[in-house]
Parts: sequence; structure tokens; C-alpha cells
Amino acid sequence: MSFLNQAKPVAAALFLGSLSLASLSAKAGIYNLTIDEVMTDIGGELRPAMGINGQIPGPELRFREGEEITLNVTNNLEEDSSIHWHGLILPYQMDGVPGISFDGIKPGETFTYKFTANQNGTYWYHSHSGLQEQAGVYGPLVIDAAKREPFRVDRDYTILLSDWTNEDPNDVLANLKKQSDYYNYGQRTVGDFFEDVAQIGLAETISDRVAWGNMRMTPTDIADVSGYTFLVNGRNPDQNWTGLFKPGERVRLRFINGSAMSYFDVRIPGLEMTVVQADGNNVKPVKVDEFRIAVAETYDVIVRPKEDTAYQILAESIDRTGFARATLTAEETTATPALPKLRERPLLTMADMGMDHGAMEMDAKGETGDMAGMDHSNMAGMSGDAMKSGIAPEAANGGKILVYGDLKSLKAVEDYRAPEREIELRLTGNMERYYWSINGIKYSDADPVKLAYGERVRIKFVNETMMSHPMHLHGMWMQLDTGKGEFNPLKHTVNVPPGQTLTVDVTADALGEWAFHCHLLYHMATGMFRKVVVEETPDLSSLTAPVGE
Amino acid sequence: MTMNVKATGPATLLLMAALLTSSARAEVSDNAIHYLIQAEEFEYRYGEDQDSLNWDIQGWVGTDENKAWLKTEGEKILGGDLESAQAQLLYSRNISDFFDLQAGLRQDFKPEPERTFAVLGFQGLAPQWFEVNLASFLSDDGDLSARVEAEYELLLTQKLVLQPSLEVNAAFQEVPNQELGSGFNDLELGLRLRYEIEREFAPYAGLQWERKLGETADMARAEGEEVSATALVAGISFWF
Repeated sequence: MSFLNQAKPVAAALFLGSLSLASLSAKAGIYNLTIDEVMTDIGGELRPAMGINGQIPGPELRFREGEEITLNVTNNLEEDSSIHWHGLILPYQMDGVPGISFDGIKPGETFTYKFTANQNGTYWYHSHSGLQEQAGVYGPLVIDAAKREPFRVDRDYTILLSDWTNEDPNDVLANLKKQSDYYNYGQRTVGDFFEDVAQIGLAETISDRVAWGNMRMTPTDIADVSGYTFLVNGRNPDQNWTGLFKPGERVRLRFINGSAMSYFDVRIPGLEMTVVQADGNNVKPVKVDEFRIAVAETYDVIVRPKEDTAYQILAESIDRTGFARATLTAEETTATPALPKLRERPLLTMADMGMDHGAMEMDAKGETGDMAGMDHSNMAGMSGDAMKSGIAPEAANGGKILVYGDLKSLKAVEDYRAPEREIELRLTGNMERYYWSINGIKYSDADPVKLAYGERVRIKFVNETMMSHPMHLHGMWMQLDTGKGEFNPLKHTVNVPPGQTLTVDVTADALGEWAFHCHLLYHMATGMFRKVVVEETPDLSSLTAPVGE
Repeated sequence: MTMNVKATGPATLLLMAALLTSSARAEVSDNAIHYLIQAEEFEYRYGEDQDSLNWDIQGWVGTDENKAWLKTEGEKILGGDLESAQAQLLYSRNISDFFDLQAGLRQDFKPEPERTFAVLGFQGLAPQWFEVNLASFLSDDGDLSARVEAEYELLLTQKLVLQPSLEVNAAFQEVPNQELGSGFNDLELGLRLRYEIEREFAPYAGLQWERKLGETADMARAEGEEVSATALVAGISFWF
């Protein structure tokens, strides 16, 4: 293995310094990217990684809405690679998924992507080959609006959150296959058992342990992988990425979760955040104290710091193993403040297992699991609290946390109409053996989901696992049902929490073959993936057949 | 250790064929082949009468659905002979969320005479987190026997784990040249406390208690042998 960029430690690559890459011409721009082997010490030891233009994350791509874009992507790795433009609506051949959109980029070769930016907002880009995204092949992508935006800002910063591991991503996956709880150092111990006995009594504690034991699941499965160093724009918490402001200015923060596996709860103590965009689309402004960002989502918020001081941007991983941290400051030189204490690691409850919904098919192969025989009398002893979700986010200051129900598109969505049919996608998997699937079937065994060009289809996600899944559809927007009718927001990635059901409507307005998958990298890699084919005249029998079965 | 090539060759070919027929699509490697080699017990036993070195090592290679398993266990008396040594080569097929069906061959190199068995069994995770292995064996002499193994893990802390284990062997007929009676042959109970320095590497210490049962115990008594044995154990468990 040769390291092409040894002379240039990635940690030192200045993120904003690469703005010069962007073309100044609004109508047509040519951009050159290389995918390289690099070295980084961002996680405390010098490790091989993969970067774009020699850096992690890759340079911020800044396009103009309406711009005709040419991107020459050269693969300098010794293995196949690819770049996918996450959230962009473009011809399917330009979508960058090997085996679906194109053949991938062979070592030493250059692929030229050509498309027009027909949208604006905050997006990102990343490799869609193997586990390269975890190794560092990702970057931010911003498309400036052609028209005046419905809000005014004085400053504009991109806050790209990500998770770095010193391990080879292939070793991470191998570890999970060999021992699925390899990274879970928050499991319940004998000590916890006696604490629970003291708190809720012996009978309840035992019935709780028996309920989880019957499912062979653990309430501590909050995140599959730990040991991460969390980054903001490629900087670890000690390096403390810092943005300047003048008191009273409106500062736009474009949050992107470019993590392989990590969800974050984001807050800026002392500042209220106004959410103005979700996944690149304007939403009716919502004032929040905190928001949870699933893997691959983006949120744009506006803050207005008034004090002549420093504010910490804190993105706390949901398994409470660490922070990604950045600082907004009015003064150039500030001492890096100490990080606050991590909140307590959450525990899933039976509510997160959908136990209040009755019918549960836990088994990947459609058998009814042991839970079916378990009625609520088993849990009658559980206190009311125990039946509340253990993983639903709460603001650290007790204030307002963003929920999907808050999201309302600023404009009525043009093609809002009743769906012609519904496709149910059960999100399934086997934590113990570490494989993930849809309707109990892994990608390699599944038929594609076929859609007729122009049809409106409702997709109902039913999460039957104990993990959250950020489901991402390529090439077409998902209109997330938040009860706002034609103002339901458009998203490219929707988070489906454990045990919950969520529906989105999709207009199949993009011919071609598209990827549709869980954006947790190791879930995607082990089977939670489908190909979606949009055809003019699909085989009708495939439309009526249950999807994926 | 050396494998009996004559006995295991055909099984190996079958396993390779099973592995190679699993389909894979390039873009998502959800049928990738993984492997594990795990020494659950690799230990020194301080017994009342004698000390021994014991091993219990298992490994697999394959996909989520189809795997080849190799299991070996045995005992070497310190300053003495290889008391027992056996290996199993199995094809393992995932048949439910938590269980594999396993079939293949077992070779007992010691005690002598060497014997070969056909194996059919189940291995997986039972409700309440019991790791279990149920196996039946048909010897080349036509003798049928069975083995049940179960383990449980009790987390004292995130890294300090107490592991009780149980093994019961039974035979469906007498096997005089192996000093085995019909019915339950023996019971082994273990209790090991390990500290996971890394997930992959944990030193441990504990107790191992074994007792011969029923006719097998009678045969041992007739030979003037002990029917039960207790040992302190110290070892390392590791995997890669």
C-alpha cells in the first residue's frame, strides 16, 4: 500500500481553505476530485485512511442552483471506488452507485459526472463502494439558491459531523460478525440487576430480564460500533473547529451527519436554534433547544449570538460515548473550554420494541417470535416509565427538542396527491448474527422494488428491530407524513426509530435504477438494501406482488 | 494436530461446494465470507491426583447461511499421555434466527482405538442467552451417543465475566472398549471467571468438576478408578 499524501497530514488540511475549488461561473463549472490513500492522526494515532483531494473530509463543493456541473473523479486507490451525491436529483447514471448506476471507477481511472443542479440547499457526497465512507471518503456539498432565500444570514458555516475509527472498517465489520456486542461496553451487569431490584423490586426486575432474554435482544443496543472519535469538519474535539461571529449577527449553520454509524443530539448551550431547512428543503422555521440528527440527514439552523463570548456546538452521540464539538466565538483567541459531562447512556424499553402495538413478528423468516406469547400482563408490574420509549430524544436543558411532527414544508409540495398503492417495508435483521434485511430478505436474495413511472406510491416502514434505521432513497424525494398534508416535508433520509412505523409518499418521477437502503454503513453492507427500478411499463405482476417477497 | 485426511476429505469437498454456490452481488457484500477461530478453553488444570493441559477450540468459515465448523477438544496429562483428543468437521446451515443445523464427521484420535463418528446436531443461542450445542454421534461401530453443552455469561462488570458451563454425555448402548455404559455417561460443570483485557484476549481462572454417571461410573469403580474429579483451572481464552 502506498500513501500518496504522507507529506500532508489530513488533520492539518484546512477545511474552508478549499473553497477556491469552486468555480466562480454560475452557469457551468468543472470540478476535479481525486480519491486518495492518506494518513491521518485524527484519532490519536497515525493510521491509513482514504480522503478526497488528500483530505478528510473532502473539500466543500459549492454549486449554484441551475449550474451545469462537470465533475471529474479520479480514483487513486488500489480498489474500485465511486462518489454518490447524496440527496441530489439527477439522471440515474450520474448517481454513483456501483452495480446500479454505473460500474464504479476502476483504480487509476477517471469518471466524469455531468448533471445540472436543479435544487438548492445543504447536501453531501461520499463513496458508495465497500466501506470507504468510514475510511474518510465523504465531504460537504452546498448548492446556493438562485433566488433570494426566505431568511437572511450574515454568516454561513457548514458543520459536517462524522465518526472516525482507528480500526480498519473491514475489521469493524468482521468483529461484528464474530461477536455482535463487540463494541457494546454499556451492557447490563449483575450490579445493574441488584440496582433494579432495589428500585423496582425483584419480580419486576426478573420479568424485565426474562422479556429481553426471550427475544435474545438487549436494551443496551443503542449503537453497534463504539470507539469512535467524533469530528466536526474533520477536527476532533480537542482541535475544536472554530467559527467567528460578531455579536448580533445571524449565523447559518449547515449541519450534515456524514457518520457511518453515529446519530447525534445537537445543542448550543446559551443559543436557541431556528431550524429553517431539513435535507436541503425549506421548512417553516422551528425554534428548538436541541435536535437529533440521524445518519445522512442535514438540518440548517440559524442562530443569533448576542454576547461577546464563545458558544460550544455540542453534538453528543446517542450512545453517550462522546461529543463532536465546535465553537462559535466572537474573539479570535479563546481557550478551548472543557466538554460537559456526557448524559447517561439510554436503555431501550419494551415500548421501543413496539410492544404496545400487539402483533410482532420478530423472526426474520416470518415465524412469530417468542414475544407473541408475551402479553401485557407480563409487564403489568412495570412502572409507567418503563413503557415510555427509552431512546426518544430529550433536550439537555429540558427545553424544546425537534421532532418530525414539527417539520412542515415552507411551500406546498407540487405533486401532492393520494398514493395509488402502498408498499410495506418491514425493517428486519438479526443483531446476534449481525445481518440486516428488509422484509426478512437480504439484498442479495431480493428482487428489486418496481415502480411505474409517474405513479404515486406510499411506503410504510415498519421497524421490527431494536435499532433506529435512517432509510435513504436515491433519485426521488420521500414526502414524510408529518400530518401536514401538502406541506409534508420532502426528505432524502428518514429516521425510523425502533418499534415504530413511519410512512412516506414518493412520486416515481425518475426513470432508471436507484439504490434504497439503511444509511448505517454496516447495516447496508450486510443486506438492508434494495434496488428500486422505475420503468415506463413495468411487469404488472411485479406491481401487485408483495415487495421483496 | 493432524487430521485424518481419509475421513475428512469428502466432507471438506462438500463444504467448499456449499460455500462457493452462495451467490453474491458486487455492490453489496451481504454474502461475504467471514471466519472465527476461538479458543474458549486453553487451560492448565490442577487436579487432586494429576495435572493436565486442556483445550476446547472452535472455528468457522463461511457466510451467514452456510459455514464450515471445526471443533476440537482434548486433554494432555502432564508428564503423561495425550488422554483424549477429538475433532469435528461440520457443515453448518442457518435454519432459524438463532440456530444452525450441523452435520459432519467426528474423529477421536485418543483414547485408542481411534474412532470415527457421523455427527448431527444443533448449535445456537437459546432464549435467556444460553449458548447451547446438542449433538448426536453415530460411531463406525454403530454405537449411538449424544452430547449436550450449555454456557451462560454473567457480566460482573463490562470486562469481568463469570461463565458457568455444563456438559452431559450419554450413550444409547454399552461401549465396553471405551469403558462407557448405557445411559448417562458423565457430567461436567465448569465455572470460569475471565477478564477481557481485549474482547479477543481474556485470562481466566475457575473450577472444573467432572463425574462419571450410572453404568459408566460402575465400570470405573470396578477398575478402581475415581468417578469424580475436581480441578482448579487457569487459562486464556482468545479469538481472532
